[in-house]
Amino acid sequence: MTAGPIIEVTGVHKSFGANTVLKDVSMQVAPGEVVVIIGPSGSGKSTLLRCLNGLERPERGEIRIEDRSLLDAGSSITEIRSRMGMVFQQFNLFPHLSVLRNITLAPVQVRKLEPANAEELALSLLGKVGLGEKAGQFPASLSGGQAQRVAIARALAMEPRIMLFDEPTSALDPEMVGEVLAVMKELAAEGMTMVIVTHEMGFAREVGHRVLFMEQGMIVEEGAPRQLFDEPRQERTKAFLSKVL
Amino acid sequence: MHFRFDIIVDYIPLLLKGAALTIGISALAIVLGSILGLAVSFGKMSSRWYLSWPTSGYIHFFRGTPLYVQILIVHFGLVPACIGHTDAIVAAITALALNSAAYTAEIYRAGIQSIDKGQTEAAQSLGMTSGQTMRFIILPQAVRRMIPAFGNEFVVLIKDSSLVALIAAPELMYWSNVMRGQYLRVWEPYLAAAFIYLILTYSLSKLLGWMEKKGVAG
Repeated sequence: MTAGPIIEVTGVHKSFGANTVLKDVSMQVAPGEVVVIIGPSGSGKSTLLRCLNGLERPERGEIRIEDRSLLDAGSSITEIRSRMGMVFQQFNLFPHLSVLRNITLAPVQVRKLEPANAEELALSLLGKVGLGEKAGQFPASLSGGQAQRVAIARALAMEPRIMLFDEPTSALDPEMVGEVLAVMKELAAEGMTMVIVTHEMGFAREVGHRVLFMEQGMIVEEGAPRQLFDEPRQERTKAFLSKVL
Repeated sequence: MHFRFDIIVDYIPLLLKGAALTIGISALAIVLGSILGLAVSFGKMSSRWYLSWPTSGYIHFFRGTPLYVQILIVHFGLVPACIGHTDAIVAAITALALNSAAYTAEIYRAGIQSIDKGQTEAAQSLGMTSGQTMRFIILPQAVRRMIPAFGNEFVVLIKDSSLVALIAAPELMYWSNVMRGQYLRVWEPYLAAAFIYLILTYSLSKLLGWMEKKGVAG
């Protein structure tokens, strides 16, 4: 266990063309911490999350994961990524592979597990997310909530030290949000380090150890959920919360 | 006009021999062209200019000049330069494969780029290299979408292979030309050849239609 932060972001700048999305963003995440990022659409919160595992590359700044520089990693970025799970808004399951193969592919190819061991692991993770009976099915036959739980199991099969969630419930029908959040709560309770971008304020308040409010590419305010939701210090935070709560 | 089936019957062994060579040349050209085309498409999609420029030029050249001209260049220029003398069958296969590669490269590229970016991101987030992502995630999905376009390309290639009669590769068209020369008749040799080409292309599109169905079903 590292004593310092497991994720360390310093002075990160990112723009898409003329549009600056992240302006001098710095943040840290401690091992075992659950950090929730909230903010209006276009505030840069998803971009920040995607920078954390190198899906976006900032122009300036430094990102360190488990004390290794992500931006200088070169081809060893795959190794850093393999220790960091990511769950997407659109699930991004592999439609040509069965649920079981979706989960075992990376452990076999990247972690070099024996296929039999990978299957055993996959089945136990499917049991954990409540989908043990779906192993042989294809993603097209799953509901949104089931697909997202498979996606979580797929990420967990790499036995990551960190889990990143990019609006994991935003594409779900309302009645399926709960089953995905329940799995995430369980993970948080097990001590997984998590960074979550979400619009689920109730969940953020209940599960988050710390909440960051972002707007226009900057972290406007951060604090414990109770403090940020009940006694926001910044006017912009208040204005945002009054619209969503 | 009196249509002479008897001379067609006389020529059937030679026409079939020619058709067999047509199938052989086309099949080899398809296989070689598909392999080369995959490499060319990766080159064209590369962000490195020294890969993307030459492959882009290659595609422009072979799609922008007549196959007729390409066959002559390969037969009288490229093949002698490589093996010291020319050989009609080698030249035929080479020219058709080089030409087909330019078209299949664009089919691969369209198929690969049609796969949602989220698939690549998911694979990357699991720590897969770009090679693993291509092999296990992108290509298996893209190939299914490419089957119809490949089918069209193969049918075109079989028909285009008739142009190699020009350099006296003894395939189907060559033998119907010989037949015309012997009997000084036009309808019998060319209608017979057309009919055989039709059988070849029709069976190929049936086969590909069946594969497409199988592919979609899983």
